[in-house]
Amino acid sequence: MITQASPQTEESMDTGKPAPSRTASIGTRSRVSNKALDDRGFSETVGDITVDQPRMQTRDVNVYYGDKQAIKDVSLDIGRNEVVAMIGPSGCGKSTFIRCLNRMNDTIEGCRVTGTITLDKQDIYDPTLDVVQLRARVGMVFQKPNPFPKSIYDNVAYGPRIHGLVSSRMETDEIVQRSLERAGLWSEVKDRLTSSGTGLSGGQQQRLCIARAIAVSPDVILMDEPCSALDPIATARIEELIDELRENYTIAIVTHSMQQAARVSQRTAYFHLGDLVEVGETNQIFTNPRHRLTEDYITGRFG
Amino acid sequence: MQTPTLVVVLLALMALAFHLGRRRSFTVATRCGGIKALHSLPSHYGTLTAMWCAIPAAIVLFVWVAFEPTVIEHLVVGALPADYRALPAERLSLVINDVKNMVSGNVVSRDPDPAMRAAAAHYQNLERISAAALSVVVLAIAIGGVSIGWRMVSPRTRARNKVEIVVKYFLIISSTVAVFTTLGIVLSVLFESIRFFGRVPISEFLFGLNWSPQTAIRDDQVGSSGAFGAIPLFAGTLMISFIAMLVAAPIGLFSAIYLAEYATPRVRSIAKPLLEILAGIPTVVYGFFAALTVAPFVRDTGNAIGLEVSSESALAAGFVMGIMLIPFVSSLSDDVINAVPQSLRDGAYALGATRSEMIKQIVLPAALPGVIGGLLLAVSRAIGETMIVVMAAGLAANLTANPLDAVTTVTVQIVTLLVGDQEFDSAKTLAAFALGLLLFVVTLALNIVALHVVRKYREQYD
Ligand SMILES: Nc1ncnc2c1ncn2[C@@H]1O[C@H](COP(=O)(O)OP(=O)(O)OP(=O)(O)O)[C@@H](O)[C@H]1O
Ligand SMILES: [Mg+2]
Repeated sequence: MITQASPQTEESMDTGKPAPSRTASIGTRSRVSNKALDDRGFSETVGDITVDQPRMQTRDVNVYYGDKQAIKDVSLDIGRNEVVAMIGPSGCGKSTFIRCLNRMNDTIEGCRVTGTITLDKQDIYDPTLDVVQLRARVGMVFQKPNPFPKSIYDNVAYGPRIHGLVSSRMETDEIVQRSLERAGLWSEVKDRLTSSGTGLSGGQQQRLCIARAIAVSPDVILMDEPCSALDPIATARIEELIDELRENYTIAIVTHSMQQAARVSQRTAYFHLGDLVEVGETNQIFTNPRHRLTEDYITGRFG
Repeated sequence: MQTPTLVVVLLALMALAFHLGRRRSFTVATRCGGIKALHSLPSHYGTLTAMWCAIPAAIVLFVWVAFEPTVIEHLVVGALPADYRALPAERLSLVINDVKNMVSGNVVSRDPDPAMRAAAAHYQNLERISAAALSVVVLAIAIGGVSIGWRMVSPRTRARNKVEIVVKYFLIISSTVAVFTTLGIVLSVLFESIRFFGRVPISEFLFGLNWSPQTAIRDDQVGSSGAFGAIPLFAGTLMISFIAMLVAAPIGLFSAIYLAEYATPRVRSIAKPLLEILAGIPTVVYGFFAALTVAPFVRDTGNAIGLEVSSESALAAGFVMGIMLIPFVSSLSDDVINAVPQSLRDGAYALGATRSEMIKQIVLPAALPGVIGGLLLAVSRAIGETMIVVMAAGLAANLTANPLDAVTTVTVQIVTLLVGDQEFDSAKTLAAFALGLLLFVVTLALNIVALHVVRKYREQYD
């Protein structure tokens, strides 16, 4: 296990525990946790945290905002071509966890991450790793649509351009069209590619952000409540899209809607106050939760 | 009672009225079942009583003080002997002046005769009566007001609404005063300018290439005709402003970017106040810094590399003015850069943009209109800036494009035209007003454009 600090808090690295070699810890364990039984009657994650073909793996991840711990010893695998939904009451750390997966927490002052997170067996918090390349492989769609105040075309072309994926106008045209088509937005905007992305409707903006994310062909797409600002029709459109995207991408999605989690995901993880309480097949979580906290939450007795 | 004393007494009465009204409302309230039974809060009733006490009395006081001298004068003139009253108007006013001077114990222009002595005594007498009457009337009105207010304290009086209305009108009056003062200034400048354009054709003023505002005192004097072409002044102003912006725009903008995007909170908490100190330095200090340090330095360096540099150069003045504008530009840019939503930055980071890519391609384009607005505001400040150029830019109205020459600016010329003893209707003096008007129009136009740009930008993220 490796103790890794975000760039702002480099000093804290020295104070970390002695770091055993990183390769040993991953892949060999499942459901093994040395968490002490705490006062909420919660001891360790219920259910199988591992998958056969993991794309990303997290082990004993702790996240601190200053002195406050937001994520406690979370271990979870995210498999290839699967959609993992993360649910849980507000403030339980879903966003914090998902933001660890592409190191977006680096931009937050005073945020510290410990534990191991790997992408295709490579530690993403390795100091020698280039965070720019990581984020090109792990894209993110945010809760509020945030198109750049540029044209629709430039919004989608932005990622490919900064990563040098395109060299000619024709290539760019092609990527823009392909991405917009996959995001289900092409037919609506193909005649107004030069108008501003901020002039679209909320649902269109969110699909534009998805198009922007897939334009750089990431391996993983992280979505933090992508539909919370959208109406049911736009939501349905995006859920459909997520289902299609699963063929090529690994997707982690945070959602407050249990119906949405049930509709789009294969596995579901339930978070509670920074703990990962239960993980399992989505069907099983919703029909037959094994942990009392999960059951309380999905039956509406909590949150 | 003297008027100031009266005002103090009135204020004291007002405080008392507030207290009485409030107390009264408590009494009334207990009689009809608690504070809830009242329409308004006790403090509203107190304020209402205080207003009844003070406002009518203050109005009477104001009107009285405004008209008192005229009325007294009229009465004194009426009591003068007939031969004085028959004097022509100017002579009569001289006499009255003397009377007033006698009253206040000043030097009098001639030996006072008995009639004037009597008039002075009469004047003093009237003043005394007026002051006494004023005190009585005002205090009576104030006390009457208190009793009206007192009686109005009842559960049904909508004291709060009345207080709110008075507050509204008070605010309206305040803003009207501000607006009319501005208007008055603009109009007076405008009228003087029109007088100026009666002497010097407006086309010569706007397009003339020559500025030498000497007018002759005698017609046969050499060089008697002044030249009032404002072009050299505006050219000088623009050149200095341009040099200033060359310094202030990049440095201010880059330091804003650093502070907003790169600096750690520690650095920011030190650097920002330091920049603000720079903004707090009086311009006169910049002025002598320019004249005593920078200008000689520029001249010596220029001479050392074989350039002809005058000791007062546009370069020195513009450079120092640029330094003065740095905090202005940087704090405005800092604001607009900070107003760019974090979500846009996150969006760029999530696509794998580096920090400088993110700033160049996302933050700056988004902030650009606001930054441009800030720069335009800085330009309009540079154009209106006076002290630095007075001390460092020189007086020679050269029409030149060489920043190493001495130039002069509109503001400098206004100062020199008005400093010292002047006749107030010579073309030379009036020219200052015309220059002021033109300067005002230019900066106003710039400000309007700038504010428009800034506002348009603001709406984008609301
Ligand atoms: N930038 C921050 N600084 C300090 N504390 C933070 C920060 N961001 C989140 N937190 C804290 O971390 C905890 C987890 O927050 P997080 O945003 O991950 O919750 P969440 O599960 O996404 O909630 P929601 O469903 O409301 O979005 C919360 O207690 C929150 O107060
Ligand atoms: Mg969240």
